[in-house]
Amino acid sequence: MQKNLVIKLAIITGILLMFLYGIFGIPSSLSGDGLKQAVLKRIHLGLDLEGGTHMILQVQVEEAVAGETDRAIDTIKEELNKAKITYAEISRDPNRPDQFVIKGLSTDSTSAVRTIVTDKLSTYLPTSGPNNTQIATMKPDVLAKLKTDTVDKSIEAIRQRVDALGVSEPVIQRNGLGGENQILVELPGVDDLNRAKEIIQSTARLELRESRGVYVSEEEARKAQPNGLIPPNMELLPGKSDNRVYLVSRTSVVGGTDIRDASAGTKSETGEPIINFYLNPEPAKKFGDFTEAHREGGPDPANLAIVLDKKVVTAPSIRQRITDQGYIEGNLTAEEAKDKAMLLRSGSLPASLHYLTERTVGASLGADSIRSGVKAAIAGMLAVMIFMLIYYRGAGINADLALVLNLVILLGFMGFFGAVLTLPGIAGVILTVGMGVDSNVLIFERIREELRNGKAPAAAVDQGFDRAWTTILDTHVTTIVSALILFFVGTGPVSGFGLTLIFGLLANLFTAVFVSRVIFDAVLSRKQRGAALSI
Amino acid sequence: MEFFRNTNIDFLGKKWYFLSFSLIFSAAGILSMLFWHGIPLGIDFRGGTVVEVKFADAPNNNAIRDALDKAGLHNAVIQTYGESSSNEVIIKLDLKETNESDLDKGKNQIINALETNPVQGKQNINNSDRIGFGAINKALATRDPMHAAPTDYEKYARQVLDVRDKQKSGILRNLDELKGAVPDPVIDALKQDFYAANFGIRGGDVVGPQVGSQLRTQAELAVGFSLLAMLVYLWFRFELIYGVAAVVACFHDTLITVGAFSLTNQEITLTVIAAILTLVGYSMNDTIVVFDRIRENVKLMRRESLAEIVNKSINQTLSRTILTSGLTFLTVLSLYLFGGEVLHGFSFALVIGILIGTYSSIAVAAPMLVAYTEWRVGHAAGTVALPAQGSKNKVRAKV
Repeated sequence: MQKNLVIKLAIITGILLMFLYGIFGIPSSLSGDGLKQAVLKRIHLGLDLEGGTHMILQVQVEEAVAGETDRAIDTIKEELNKAKITYAEISRDPNRPDQFVIKGLSTDSTSAVRTIVTDKLSTYLPTSGPNNTQIATMKPDVLAKLKTDTVDKSIEAIRQRVDALGVSEPVIQRNGLGGENQILVELPGVDDLNRAKEIIQSTARLELRESRGVYVSEEEARKAQPNGLIPPNMELLPGKSDNRVYLVSRTSVVGGTDIRDASAGTKSETGEPIINFYLNPEPAKKFGDFTEAHREGGPDPANLAIVLDKKVVTAPSIRQRITDQGYIEGNLTAEEAKDKAMLLRSGSLPASLHYLTERTVGASLGADSIRSGVKAAIAGMLAVMIFMLIYYRGAGINADLALVLNLVILLGFMGFFGAVLTLPGIAGVILTVGMGVDSNVLIFERIREELRNGKAPAAAVDQGFDRAWTTILDTHVTTIVSALILFFVGTGPVSGFGLTLIFGLLANLFTAVFVSRVIFDAVLSRKQRGAALSI
Repeated sequence: MEFFRNTNIDFLGKKWYFLSFSLIFSAAGILSMLFWHGIPLGIDFRGGTVVEVKFADAPNNNAIRDALDKAGLHNAVIQTYGESSSNEVIIKLDLKETNESDLDKGKNQIINALETNPVQGKQNINNSDRIGFGAINKALATRDPMHAAPTDYEKYARQVLDVRDKQKSGILRNLDELKGAVPDPVIDALKQDFYAANFGIRGGDVVGPQVGSQLRTQAELAVGFSLLAMLVYLWFRFELIYGVAAVVACFHDTLITVGAFSLTNQEITLTVIAAILTLVGYSMNDTIVVFDRIRENVKLMRRESLAEIVNKSINQTLSRTILTSGLTFLTVLSLYLFGGEVLHGFSFALVIGILIGTYSSIAVAAPMLVAYTEWRVGHAAGTVALPAQGSKNKVRAKV
């Protein structure tokens, strides 16, 4: 054999070993079970095969935007009061959470208002509206970033919660092509679906707000207000465990993201379950100022409403200045305190979540899918291999070897990338077998044609590979393009299908063109000049 | 062995037959899409609820329907799933019974309707979509009936699942069927948290309307983009008209495949779209094999007309066209036969698509190329400006 050929054979063997390592790693034992374990460690099964839950959640980003606008309104009110500019009303547009309107300004104050908005609210753009109004709109880039941040924070919070549940290898990521503000959550294995859903969805949004009264009903609350109207900066929230309604400020002094830590505990005097919370330094300072201003005997006494998920847990009066820590009490059970503390710790969700889809696959269903997938794969592969042997005789062995190597490389790729094998992915593997052998057919047919035209075997092989190459490249590129689109546009199983198809086609370019060429050369080098080629 | 040697079939001469064949199938598909079954979309795209239920005994669809009717689910569709010996049905609900704010309402209604004698405070151990290793292990570890180590309970939990999923193929008739596999105290402990109904939920999908329409847009975009990408690639590698001809052939394949789904009233799911996208790429393959040969022959055969060259090229490549498609068809067929219910639509699309794709590369793409060229020659009488033969021959310059 020529030296050149030896080197090529060595390359092929090296690649074979490398990708075998990709599939199996270093198996602990060579028994059937040991090998199976080794493969599953490297190639993960998708939810449709392993069983598990796949959900898509919609983040209500508008809530976060509305919250931001409410805070902006508070700031602007303060600034307008400072500048002694009179106005009738400032309110958020109900249909546009990123916009607020200042009404009833005098004609000469509009430019001053615009300056204030520009100076004090760098994230809003003022424009003049009809009838001496000023409309401030959140800048588009700020709005986009706020939405992205909201989704990112939600993803982070969900991740911590799922980790706390002890789910192994969950997938938590942004869903869709962008701009949908959706989160994909995949929980492999089926453990305790209902609890998992509850914990993920629970916003656990803790807010500390100013409270100005408790009433037995909404009607009573309205009656108690001047003119029977709830002040625009206040709203009514229901109590968590009593049937009363609380008049609280729309904006919160302390929000979910301001909490540094939380833990469940018991009140030393009564043994009642409580949740201790600790604030970050910046909000702690703000909270200090707030409690100083509104404490009993302070300049403007008010109560402090502790609002959890838009329900008032309790609204005690403020005895003294509180800065960086406090606790929540009020009809909590021990388990509730524990769960809520965990949720507060993991960061509350910046906005609430809606379930858009939920797909569950039982483990036994997945096992069925694996069985039928593997059965189809083996049947398809055998059929193709036997056909090639019969149709191309000697060259058929060549093609079958290339096919096996193709499969090894494909699975090895998946092992190296830690890719996920789904049921459509198995179909992709099968399809790769079918398409992989296509390249061999193209080459072999061309060689046969050249042989028919009277070329010597070596020359015919040469020509066959040369001429078929452009065709093979073209066909692979087109299919890879489709597969790429599938990979990027598809979700879950479909994306897995695209991935196996891409890996398979890449592997095929190598095996069909390089490997089977080397095998031909090896066969030819052992033959007498002019001996017939078995094809 | 060889199937085709030196064939000399006048494919272009049969173009009217081809055209009428394509027209009949396309028209049948389109008519069915418009007036008969429409485009039967799966719940991935339409939104709705699907629940897969396995029963201990052969399910009585009428009894199930009665139970669902009583629960107020009047439009539920009940279908036997898989082989009849597996006692499985799928129950489908329309979108209107799937509430966006309470997504799995419909699913829970189905479960409640099937539950003839529920046991308060206990879970149906046969619901393998939610009762898995975690739930059983947790129950055992909490009850601690054997005062054993946690690893022992993990072992028992696995054994319980093994009996349920492998030995009893997914359904325990009662918990005493676990006798022998796990110690009796373990069974007694399980009885405190679980019971065995005569059915189990194996899995299910609930899709809200928003995701459905979103996926629909994505699928349309994906198919559109891949056709466009093919056009651009072929334009770059060959000539614009080659790209157009190939894309028309591909579109023809997609149309007939979707038409076949409409005619047979099979649902188009997400995986079917994946299959169709694969077909767009694959059906291009055969077309390219023929086009490559046409390009090669255009250089060699300067005297013949394009029609003759194309005919010759198709004949020369016929063997490989049929073989490659045939082999891929073999694998796809094994998927269709053995791949199980989940992949049924997917492999159906591939089976139809590969047949049509092979046909279209011979009968649609190549004749279109010739027809276009002849039309151009007819319009620019005298100047022989064939796209692949003329003086501005991009192809020749590149090769």
